[in-house]
Amino acid sequence: MEEKVIVCKDLTKRFGDFYAVNKISFEVNKGEIFGFLGANGAGKTTAMRILCGLSYPTSGEATVAGFNVYKQTEAIKKNIGYMSQKFSLYENLTVLENIEFFGGVYGVPSAEIRKRSDNLVQKLGLTAEAKKLVGSLPLGWKQKLAFSVAIFHQPRIVFLDEPTGGVDPVTRRQFWDMIYEAAATGITIFVTTHYMDEAEYCNRVTIMVDGKVEALDSPANLKAQFKANNMDEVFYQLARGAKRSGD
Amino acid sequence: MSAVTLDHITKTYDKGKVLAVDDVSLQVAEGELFGLIGPDGAGKTSIFRILTTLLLADKGSAAVQGYDCVKDYREIRSRIGYMPGRFSLYQDLTVKENLDFFATLFGSTIESNYDLIKDIYDQIKPFNDRRAGKLSGGMKQKLALCCALIHKPEVLFLDEPTTGVDVVSRKEFWDMLKKLKTQGITIVVSTPYMDEAMLCERIALIQNGKIMSVDTPEKIIAAYPVKLYAIKADNIYRLLTDLRSMPEVDTSFAFGEYIHLTLKNERADTTALQQAIEQRGHTHVTIKVIQPGIEDSFIRFMNQDSK
Repeated sequence: MEEKVIVCKDLTKRFGDFYAVNKISFEVNKGEIFGFLGANGAGKTTAMRILCGLSYPTSGEATVAGFNVYKQTEAIKKNIGYMSQKFSLYENLTVLENIEFFGGVYGVPSAEIRKRSDNLVQKLGLTAEAKKLVGSLPLGWKQKLAFSVAIFHQPRIVFLDEPTGGVDPVTRRQFWDMIYEAAATGITIFVTTHYMDEAEYCNRVTIMVDGKVEALDSPANLKAQFKANNMDEVFYQLARGAKRSGD
Repeated sequence: MSAVTLDHITKTYDKGKVLAVDDVSLQVAEGELFGLIGPDGAGKTSIFRILTTLLLADKGSAAVQGYDCVKDYREIRSRIGYMPGRFSLYQDLTVKENLDFFATLFGSTIESNYDLIKDIYDQIKPFNDRRAGKLSGGMKQKLALCCALIHKPEVLFLDEPTTGVDVVSRKEFWDMLKKLKTQGITIVVSTPYMDEAMLCERIALIQNGKIMSVDTPEKIIAAYPVKLYAIKADNIYRLLTDLRSMPEVDTSFAFGEYIHLTLKNERADTTALQQAIEQRGHTHVTIKVIQPGIEDSFIRFMNQDSK
């Protein structure tokens, strides 16, 4: 049987009488690239915050890397990586300092940090920029570096919140190469995006509408189910009926 | 007369160390829906800020409705509407207060140009008394557009109005723009989403401060110089890595469920290619010749520039 790294059952988050996340259930396999889609305000961010151990659910059950989202949030945080378009790295630290800082925060031993950061800088082709401030790098490089830093401590799962927003089309594809590479080493990828072509690169995709998971399957099966030519059409059919809108 | 003219505009930051806009020239015709298409950091916002008289260029000249962006900045400011990329209305004023405020600034009233904003305003009117800071992303965007339109501008500048917005809201927003265009307003809009390029009459593809191409989307696509193939197989990622190692392949990029491919030899035979791919153990291989999209063109221009 495939190992499950995320298991959610009837997970719910209520703010007053507003159900931001309404009884969602799904399982994510080890090494899977799991796309988490939905319109603005569908509840994606709230659900992701719970799974990252940053917010408690109102009811329902969930485990992440085997740890309980009510009782073991600190253990969850140690076993995941996170990156988003908005928060990535410290712009006024150098490439190496950022790696060292985040490696240290996640408890990677100093000797190991040195060894791994040399490899990483080389692999990213940033050797000449290693001692430059991150703020001076082009956005595409920043995002690739941010992703590498997010998986530097070899987490079980990495959460990517719109990692490719605003990035040029070539870098966007290079970024997905890195995602595939990480998944091949057994890291589970949990990713949100507004680019529907990227939904096609996921093994399975969920689409949230108004706090609920309205669809969950492989892109091929979803297209067949909704008689659609591409994921854009699938998304449109589902999200068109949404009553909520927001951030 | 062109509604917007950029003549050899260059802009640097940080004492010349960062080149944001690199010798850009272009013209936007009156009543046109013109798109600046490019990723973050391409120079789109700098161009908008120069045209809206908020930033001085290092070199070159720019004009809006025939008025010079430096000398005649006052004239320009009363004739344009500008919606910056970052939400910049007063968060602690209500929807109605914001609209009133911007109308008054331009010596107008909500009522005098009501027909122009009606379609958009109707959608946020139920929240008239809500503070702007408490609105959802989609509603903020609609309010910002209303505020940019309330004085009936001749030229409307929209800097990435759809960034971070979901597919459904993006479609709605573009429908609104098309309606505005019928009122004769010139619209200059920027976007990092290549698919939105097709919704503009003319576009400029911009990267690293340089315009790579300016034309109608149809003509840019028609100018794609080589045959483009779409390929898929069961294991798409392994197919992509295999294609990269094949000598006959020039470029290969993932496009959703397909890989878009160009070959070094134009007259190459696809059956030979198909066989070569199948020999590497791929199953359900399909290859077809396709029409390129704007994203294909953009990637091709980017690669040419870096060569």
